[in-house]
Amino acid sequence: MTWETVIGLEIHSQLKTKSKIFSGASTEFGAKANTQACAVDLGFPGVLPVLNKEAVRMALRFGLAVNATINKHSIFARKNYFYPDLPKGYQISQFEIPIVGSGTIDIPLDNGENKKVGITRAHLEEDAGKSIHDLYDDYTAIDLNRAGTPLLEIVSDPDMSNAKEAVAYAKKIHALVQYIDICDGSMQEGSFRCDANVSVRRKGEGLGTRAEIKNINSFKFLEKAINLEVERQIDILEDGGSVAQETRLYDSIKNETRSMRSKEEANDYRYFPDPDLLPVVIDDELLKDIKNRLPELPTEKKARFIDTLGLSEYDAENLTSQKAMADYFEIIIDKGADVKVSANWVMGELSASLNKNQIDIKDSPISASELYKLISRITDNTISGKIAKDVFRIMWNEKRSVDEIIKDQGLEQMTDIGALESVIDEIISKNLDQVEQFKNGNTKLLGFFVGQVMKATQGKANPKQVNQILNDRLS
Amino acid sequence: MIMHNLSIAELIKGLKNKDFSSVELTQHYLKRINESKLNAFISVTDDLALSQANEADLKIAKGDSTLLTGIPYAHKDIFCTKGVKTSAGSKMLDSFISPYDATLSHKFNLENMVMLGKTNMDEFAMGSSNENSYYGPVKNPWDLKKVPGGSSGGSAAAVASRITPFATGTDTGGSIRQPASLCGITGIKPTYGRISRYGMIAYASSLDQAGPMTQTAEDAAIVLNAMAGFDTKDSTSATKETPDYTKKLTNSLDGLKIGLPKEFFSSGLDDGVEKVVMQAIKEYEAMGAKIQEVSLPNSMHAIPTYYIVAPCECSSNLSRFDGVRYGYRCEDPKDLDDLYLRSRSEGFGKEVKRRIMIGAYALSAGYYDAYYLKAQKVRQLISEDFKKAFQSVDVIMGPVSPSTAFDLGSVKDPVSMYLADIYTLSVNLAGLPGMSIPAGFSKNLPVGLQLIGNHWSEELLLNTAHQFQLKTDWHKSTPIEL
Repeated sequence: MTWETVIGLEIHSQLKTKSKIFSGASTEFGAKANTQACAVDLGFPGVLPVLNKEAVRMALRFGLAVNATINKHSIFARKNYFYPDLPKGYQISQFEIPIVGSGTIDIPLDNGENKKVGITRAHLEEDAGKSIHDLYDDYTAIDLNRAGTPLLEIVSDPDMSNAKEAVAYAKKIHALVQYIDICDGSMQEGSFRCDANVSVRRKGEGLGTRAEIKNINSFKFLEKAINLEVERQIDILEDGGSVAQETRLYDSIKNETRSMRSKEEANDYRYFPDPDLLPVVIDDELLKDIKNRLPELPTEKKARFIDTLGLSEYDAENLTSQKAMADYFEIIIDKGADVKVSANWVMGELSASLNKNQIDIKDSPISASELYKLISRITDNTISGKIAKDVFRIMWNEKRSVDEIIKDQGLEQMTDIGALESVIDEIISKNLDQVEQFKNGNTKLLGFFVGQVMKATQGKANPKQVNQILNDRLS
Repeated sequence: MIMHNLSIAELIKGLKNKDFSSVELTQHYLKRINESKLNAFISVTDDLALSQANEADLKIAKGDSTLLTGIPYAHKDIFCTKGVKTSAGSKMLDSFISPYDATLSHKFNLENMVMLGKTNMDEFAMGSSNENSYYGPVKNPWDLKKVPGGSSGGSAAAVASRITPFATGTDTGGSIRQPASLCGITGIKPTYGRISRYGMIAYASSLDQAGPMTQTAEDAAIVLNAMAGFDTKDSTSATKETPDYTKKLTNSLDGLKIGLPKEFFSSGLDDGVEKVVMQAIKEYEAMGAKIQEVSLPNSMHAIPTYYIVAPCECSSNLSRFDGVRYGYRCEDPKDLDDLYLRSRSEGFGKEVKRRIMIGAYALSAGYYDAYYLKAQKVRQLISEDFKKAFQSVDVIMGPVSPSTAFDLGSVKDPVSMYLADIYTLSVNLAGLPGMSIPAGFSKNLPVGLQLIGNHWSEELLLNTAHQFQLKTDWHKSTPIEL
């Protein structure tokens, strides 16, 4: 039996406004519990919400970036439910008419092709506070600092057909919100959160019953959680059972999803338009202004990397996949470094080291200007590419400058041809047997001689020159 | 001179002429409040009042005063007042000391006005008799066995019994006008959005509107000047400029077109009330006004519409009273559900719970379209009725309430109680300004005349009311024993 998987994602992206969506309190992360919640955030009697215009501008930036319909008249609604970290007993959200309507985004597939994924809608809403269950034995602690932080909930169409695509989509959105500077993208701090709606069906059948998986806080877990869920659903169906419509929680420690609440247990949110807020009216002037201020989008940047920098599709996709990486790369290029060599270093040595140490490129121990210097020392023949890798490792660990390392360790490439020639002559005179064999047609032995020269020069000889001189002497 | 019979306009003059100081005035009113048997106040803020009065006298002495500096007032206990208990008439908030000032409180403080205390009210402004207060009913000063009306019953009784020069009120479905009518004082509910709602504990957000309750229309104009205006903290407050409401009080009413909605004079209206209202209309005719009949055909749907819209909004507005952060919390909750269930069951009164349940039901999945959406459509029709009527008339007049004050405890059925607001509800649903002015008596109980204007026509309403008060003395009558 062939199964098809249908996945849609709901992404909650915290907007980078200085103050909250409906109050003047700060949104700074990490403050002492309950110090960043004013009377409005605490839901005191009589308080009223006032919409933060910056949050609206950010939502519009996103809408324009995914070519979405912008609803020029959107409505805030109340989503009513009781929970201690929801001070008013309702969340102000958008229901029937969200600010951003349908749009699309391209995601890269493994086969090198792109797939268009639909975005159903994106709406503004306020975040709830945090319930902390493990701080006290008999109590739940509530921190309302997060209450009222602006969120953009981005809902995709059910267009993804496997976990990899879902991850590719999530990464694309993750990159985009950082490109347009509306979200810091930190999954660790919860400013970028994913819920996955997953269902399976037999090929050719209508949509199956979906389960919503919550509590996924990394791309790795997103992939794992979806694969687990798909497996679980297929097992149920193959045993003749039926999948329940429910919300499931992903447990990354046990690597399992488990039921959180069933459809029957789900709240009736009693949505209705919030009478405290006027409809959000967007005029053409504002839209035009926001459009004009949009930074270069990832797709535009990628096209430019291909067209004007001459990078391959693969390299361009890779380098633009994260804004911070593209920025890093561009700092190097702007200083005049060789494009291809720079691309290889950023995607190769640098990315590998960052991944290995799980460091964000923003926090790279080697800055873009330092890597630029290293690359220049390769292209100006001061050091060889091989030596450069050693220098890179020293830079990474000791945070010293490129030139200092080269000088201290005496790693400069030999530029004195005479000295190189005498080293080569000495090697030839010591290995006459090999010279004989080479002359008899065993040309593979050139590598042996190069190796000997490199060894003798501690890698500082210029490989190109070595080859040239050897060929001269041995012919 | 009997100080407490002076209007605000006269008190302002007295303070200016140093006939009395704000402290003397304040002491006089505090004494009267403490002797009063009406239960009109939930909190009397003696110390605060005297210190504010002192401050006001200093400002006056320095020549650093505004018009209302040193004028005492009573604040409906629905407005948040920093450091002072703000209960909204509910057990739920009996322990609540507001950490912040409502915009209105703040404005009054800036003028160095003197808050005498917080007035009694129906719990969360839900009621028409003041019998729904956790602090017990207020008594009508004209007859202590009668209700003062509601929900601003404490404010109305306090002004009528001259234990405060004026009081604030709020009106969601008639809560300023109906008690003003039943207690024989002047009250105006301005156009929705005219006065900031920030810090006014919400009942039904799209209907709630604050207003002054005073002896005279001139006083109402003076106080409204201090209350009205845009507030950045209230998105629904109007940016429209605020006129000086006292400027047009003396305009002539010659040629004023008055509409009488035929639906307001049908069966159900008490004969005595109708007689008083018609007598008042004759008075206007004598002043040169032209009277004509108008029709508000959808006004008959005002009660069912209101009792969907208001409960829907209140069911959500009152969700914050959950026993978690402030207010009443039940003893020893065994888990979260128990905390919610018992805190809310024990903290709210019967009528509040009734409306929360009606609202939660009407908003629930499967019923939303049939109730909430339908009610919004009818609300629109009610608005259009008025719009049409105001194409041919300047002011609409009629009764405020179908009867005079009724006996305490006499109306037990909630639906019968809802009928008390039959003539006032549609004004809130349409967001219009409405007023009640003393127009006479029926069986020794005051009867109010309702004036309804088009949006932003407060100036015309106050002018119309003031002209009536120049010709009549009803607003000067006071309950006998006082």
